[in-house]
Amino acid sequence: MHVSDQISALSCGSCCTKLVKLGVAFGQNRVLDDVNLHVHCGQFTAVIGPNGAGKTTLLKAILGEVPHTGHVHFIDSAGQRPDRPLLGYVPQKLEFDATAPVSVRDIFAGAAGRRPVWLGIGSSDRVRAKEVLDTVQAGHLLDRKLGQLSGGELQRVLLAMAITPVPNLLLLDEPVSGVDLSGIELFYKMVSQLRRDYHLSIILVSHDLATVAQFADRIVFLNRTVIADGTPREVLSNQTVRQAFALPPELALSFPEIRPEHKDGRGCISCNLEKRP
Amino acid sequence: MNLWYWLTGLLPFDWLSFAFMKQALLAVILVSYLFGLLGSQVINQQMAYFSDAIGHAALTGIAIGAIMGLADPTWAMVIFSGLLALAISWLRRISLTSTDTVIGLFMAFAVALGIVILSRGGGFARYSGYLVGDILSITPTEISNLLIMILAVTILWILYFNQLMLISLNPSLAKSRGIKVWLLEAVFSLVVAVVVTVSIKWVGLLVINSMLILPAAAARNISGNTRQYVWWSIAISLASGISGLIASYYLSTATGATIVLISMGIFVITLGLKKLAWRT
Repeated sequence: MHVSDQISALSCGSCCTKLVKLGVAFGQNRVLDDVNLHVHCGQFTAVIGPNGAGKTTLLKAILGEVPHTGHVHFIDSAGQRPDRPLLGYVPQKLEFDATAPVSVRDIFAGAAGRRPVWLGIGSSDRVRAKEVLDTVQAGHLLDRKLGQLSGGELQRVLLAMAITPVPNLLLLDEPVSGVDLSGIELFYKMVSQLRRDYHLSIILVSHDLATVAQFADRIVFLNRTVIADGTPREVLSNQTVRQAFALPPELALSFPEIRPEHKDGRGCISCNLEKRP
Repeated sequence: MNLWYWLTGLLPFDWLSFAFMKQALLAVILVSYLFGLLGSQVINQQMAYFSDAIGHAALTGIAIGAIMGLADPTWAMVIFSGLLALAISWLRRISLTSTDTVIGLFMAFAVALGIVILSRGGGFARYSGYLVGDILSITPTEISNLLIMILAVTILWILYFNQLMLISLNPSLAKSRGIKVWLLEAVFSLVVAVVVTVSIKWVGLLVINSMLILPAAAARNISGNTRQYVWWSIAISLASGISGLIASYYLSTATGATIVLISMGIFVITLGLKKLAWRT
């Protein structure tokens, strides 16, 4: 069975993620306060905001890495609430020792399988890793060391890892900072493709307004709490947002004419039926 | 043990004619395997300084043992190092101070406290054996304890190696895959602390960290993936361990330090190999 078949058989697209009154404080410093967000399945949401606005902290709170107040609910397409939702996460540029003897195959097998990597990787694991890497045009990188990859290649490998298995929610934290222009383009093309194929919910934290305007279907402007929330056109014409990013009034960002709207609403019926506050 | 005596008796080496050397050879093989396996992960987790601190902190453990009047302070050492390891990994988690500083503080404190207690009444010389270590003094009981430790670490490595590898790359990434990052880090620190502390008696606290770190550092120079890395680390550790034991027998030198010199040599060679590989 092909990986893509396998994946679509496993997941019809998970439903939604709800953040309710989410708050995070480091000591006296309230980094996030009363954040309410509702991310639908198949939706590509970009979170933008000034430095120190709590964007990365928001992702870490969703990951459960920093303690938070309020709630994070995950509801899958069957209307169930998985106790441990599957989260895919692509970090910012990995800070690691470039000479580290870790190959692409190692991190793949290490993340996906239980068999310890130091005792060798089975050929079936190898084939599976190759198939998933091929979906992000990274199959040829299988035996390279992580330190030998370019920034864009590494991020595509991390993206492939994040969608194995297909997550309920994919979190991207400035995934292409320090990647060259063509690498950025390719990365987001891959993300959009995966979103369509697997009906993924995606939250992207980014500084890059041009890319965000081009690829996301929704933008959330965050500065400790949600300041603006809407389509790229709405949010990027908001005065507060334009001031924060020092966008000159005459500058018009280009938006794609046809946006892949999420129409079927299949997964989201269950969260609309949610009677919780 | 008898099987080992019989096996080594088959080997035509002068230095193996003594029972204590047969035991020492077995001990070196076991310790080297364990250190090779552990060291590769210590470097991955960037904990070389941590393990060094744990080694030095054993002085306080010895001192506590002495105060309590224990003939063999091993348990006091293990408990103290274990607590210290947990304290450091806890502080690493909650404090914004850099890890280096936290570890440095603890190490300075533990070494000073140990020396102050042990040197009361001018008796420090009695404990200087711990500084250099003596692998020849190992007893069959200690060897079987070592075997149990190896078994435990190997099982742990089979179950949790992949997760530790992901943590070393990026803790958030590991967390996103449901890995209990903090728990595993704490367990790993504890394992390093126990193994280092127990081995000090045989290797000596001055050189123990080099024995842990050098084979893995050398293996890093010549490995293209994780499997090669771990097995090269074990192989280099074994090679320098066994040759160091033999050399120290003929040169009448301290075994631990001799082993470290040999692994340093191997490290330099692998560094040369790496440079060569880059040039071509």
